[in-house]
Amino acid sequence: MVDTMLNYEEGRCNKLGFEETELRLGLPGAGEKSNANYGKRGYEETVDLKLNLSTKDVGNLDQSDLKEKTLSKEKNLLPCPNDSVKPPAKAQVVGWPPVRSFRKNVMAVQKVSDSEETEKGSGGAAAFVKVSMDGAPYLRKVDLKMYKSYQELSDALGKMFSSFTIGKCDSQGMMDFMNESKLMDLLNGSDYVPTYEDKDGDWMLVGDVPWEMFVESCKRLRIMKGTEAKGLAPRAMEKCKSRS
Amino acid sequence: MCLFQSVMNYFPEEVLEHVFDFLTSHRDRNAVSLVCKSWYSVERFSREKVFIGNCYAVDPERLIARFPRVRSLTLKGKPHFADFNLVPHDWGGYVYPWIEAMAKNGINLEELRLKRMVVSDESLELLAKSFPNFKSLVLVSCDGFSTDGLAAIASNCRFLRELDLQENEVDDRKGQWLSCFPDTCTSLVSLNFACLKGEASVAALERLVARCRNLRSLRLNHAVPLDTLQKILVQAPQLNDLGTGTFVHDPDSDAYCKLKNAIKKCKSIRSLSGFLDVNTRCLPAVYPICTNLTSLNLSYAPGIYSSELIKLICHCKKLERLWILDTIGDKGLDVVASTCKELQELRVFPSDLYGVGNAAVTEEGLVAVSAGCPKLNSLLYFCQQMTNAALITVAKNCPNFIRFRLCTLDPTIPDAVTNQPLDEGFGAIVQSCKGLKRLSVSGLLTDQVFLYIGMYAEQLEMLSIAFAGDSDKGMLYVLNGCKKLKKLEIRDSPFGNVALLADVGKYETMRSLWMSSCEVTFGACKTLAEKMPRLNVEIINEGEQIEASPDDRHRVEKMYLYRTLVGPRRDAPDFVWTL
Repeated sequence: MVDTMLNYEEGRCNKLGFEETELRLGLPGAGEKSNANYGKRGYEETVDLKLNLSTKDVGNLDQSDLKEKTLSKEKNLLPCPNDSVKPPAKAQVVGWPPVRSFRKNVMAVQKVSDSEETEKGSGGAAAFVKVSMDGAPYLRKVDLKMYKSYQELSDALGKMFSSFTIGKCDSQGMMDFMNESKLMDLLNGSDYVPTYEDKDGDWMLVGDVPWEMFVESCKRLRIMKGTEAKGLAPRAMEKCKSRS
Repeated sequence: MCLFQSVMNYFPEEVLEHVFDFLTSHRDRNAVSLVCKSWYSVERFSREKVFIGNCYAVDPERLIARFPRVRSLTLKGKPHFADFNLVPHDWGGYVYPWIEAMAKNGINLEELRLKRMVVSDESLELLAKSFPNFKSLVLVSCDGFSTDGLAAIASNCRFLRELDLQENEVDDRKGQWLSCFPDTCTSLVSLNFACLKGEASVAALERLVARCRNLRSLRLNHAVPLDTLQKILVQAPQLNDLGTGTFVHDPDSDAYCKLKNAIKKCKSIRSLSGFLDVNTRCLPAVYPICTNLTSLNLSYAPGIYSSELIKLICHCKKLERLWILDTIGDKGLDVVASTCKELQELRVFPSDLYGVGNAAVTEEGLVAVSAGCPKLNSLLYFCQQMTNAALITVAKNCPNFIRFRLCTLDPTIPDAVTNQPLDEGFGAIVQSCKGLKRLSVSGLLTDQVFLYIGMYAEQLEMLSIAFAGDSDKGMLYVLNGCKKLKKLEIRDSPFGNVALLADVGKYETMRSLWMSSCEVTFGACKTLAEKMPRLNVEIINEGEQIEASPDDRHRVEKMYLYRTLVGPRRDAPDFVWTL
């Protein structure tokens, strides 16, 4: 079974051992474009690692391994706080990309504080929930902590289950469900509609509440066919109306 | 003597001086001073602004001897690649001797602008105490000082108008430097302390802003909270340029509401930056000022996602300058292209510096902007991939580029579609953009691209090369072809002694040459240094290579050479050898 630490970055999905699973839902496996011609001697000499590490071992490759393999020249390997999630497929070359250290430091701090915040905000551990889609032969799991908005989740789920859409999110990541006709269109269409089971055991329409609240309360996700989700909508509307 | 000259000599010097007053560009003044001795003399006594692009090309004594009336000095220190950690920390570039010399000689210094220099607290203190009319301090990418030095400036510079700190590494001593501005200080026009990492005395800041009625530009650091921003804006609705600190608050709160109202009253803001920490739900507060913005810098705000960026940019129809992160994506750049028709400068910085990245932008975004923004003339673009076709299209759409800096995140990536080198694409750029002054190339590149550059880039003054080329020919094409070349910096490219020594005289027409991780040897560097006494040829040895006399055939790791009137510098550290 596929490792739970899934990486949804475009083009990277194919590196995580999916080839080993026979049942696949046509994941967007963009060909590895950056298996570039590393014939440039300067780059080869400086960077010992090539993208050979891209195929099987990436998910298991940890940062200390990476450090051992690089040449002593590379003094500027900066720790990547998210490395357990993203495979470090390229070794770091001193001074590349050419960005001022000042800027690098600022971005590093912000990255760390972002990840700290997401941890603080939701009790630290990952928030894996099962995702089922009507008609799909098996379920998947996602870590809701990896995303910061409904849009991101939608994109990721979209890659997982191709013909799926959560609809457009507005700036607050909450769907415009005050507009009843829009809601009806969505539900009547052959589009799939994401729903989730909350802490109370109720099945809710995804998108009503602020993202952070959703992550806290979501126990599992179910992607229903639009026509089936109709029953949920009035209740969702009620809940929204009573809040505003 | 020609007729013109004899006629001009009948003009008293005051007239010449008055005429020269209209010449503000230092290049014009340099040209004028070469005409004849009397013009040289008049010019040098009347020059108030001096620009020194390499602090080691001359020394303070010469500066003072030639331009005794200098009031404004601009100095640049470390080589450009120091920005990317390629130059050891204590290589040099100290400003202290300059300040000391000017202080001793009674120079009436009013303005000091430094880039990539080492500025100690002692120098700031000396500066603050030596020049009673000092008005303006601008420090870009400098280091070596702390908030104590800033306190000295604040306390002593009675007529301070401008304190502009851009991307410096400052040691924050948690002092109260902002409180050091005396109550009598009301002259501030521009204050930028966005790069400071520590706490700012919020009360002192508010009082300062309240009494400086001429304040036009204010950039806060991330320690300044949103409610302070609101109070400041109420005091200073006349601001032209605002850099917010944190932009995080509960959008349902009173404080946020007050902020929205305060911002609406700031009808003069034309430049916006900051958002160092941001709650995107607070962003709509700035929408009212977006319509008049000409400059927007969101490159330090990774917390703003693409959809939010797009929303914001949709309001910014008059934008001329946009600095942003690649989180904007190609789609976002599409929006820029259709909204920002006045755009002249675009910088897209990488958001993911450690992994291989999400998001990022590709050639599509660039093509879109080039098609939609006909006035585009300056570009810095970090991208995931590029194609020749895209560059050719960009070249056609925007023949007015003055600065074109492309940086592929993978330095040797080929054309994403054809897998060919990107020679043709950059070739198209140099051929089409006849006014191109600065170029950075990246991606898979052979000697061919340098042939094009040598052939077509007639106005090129600065060229940055990394991981490119096949042989000495590449570098030779550039040295032979680019007549106006001033700065050449090369790293990790196979250029060697033949290229270095082919035309040694060329380097006296340039400001500097940097070569690191290339094929140049000690022997060749020594030869060059012997032939050209007015060049400093510096070899930077780090750690491993401190041998008494290295083999001539040994490759040099880092070489930096520059023309100079004053010989080898006396402040070079042990690991720097001037040959």
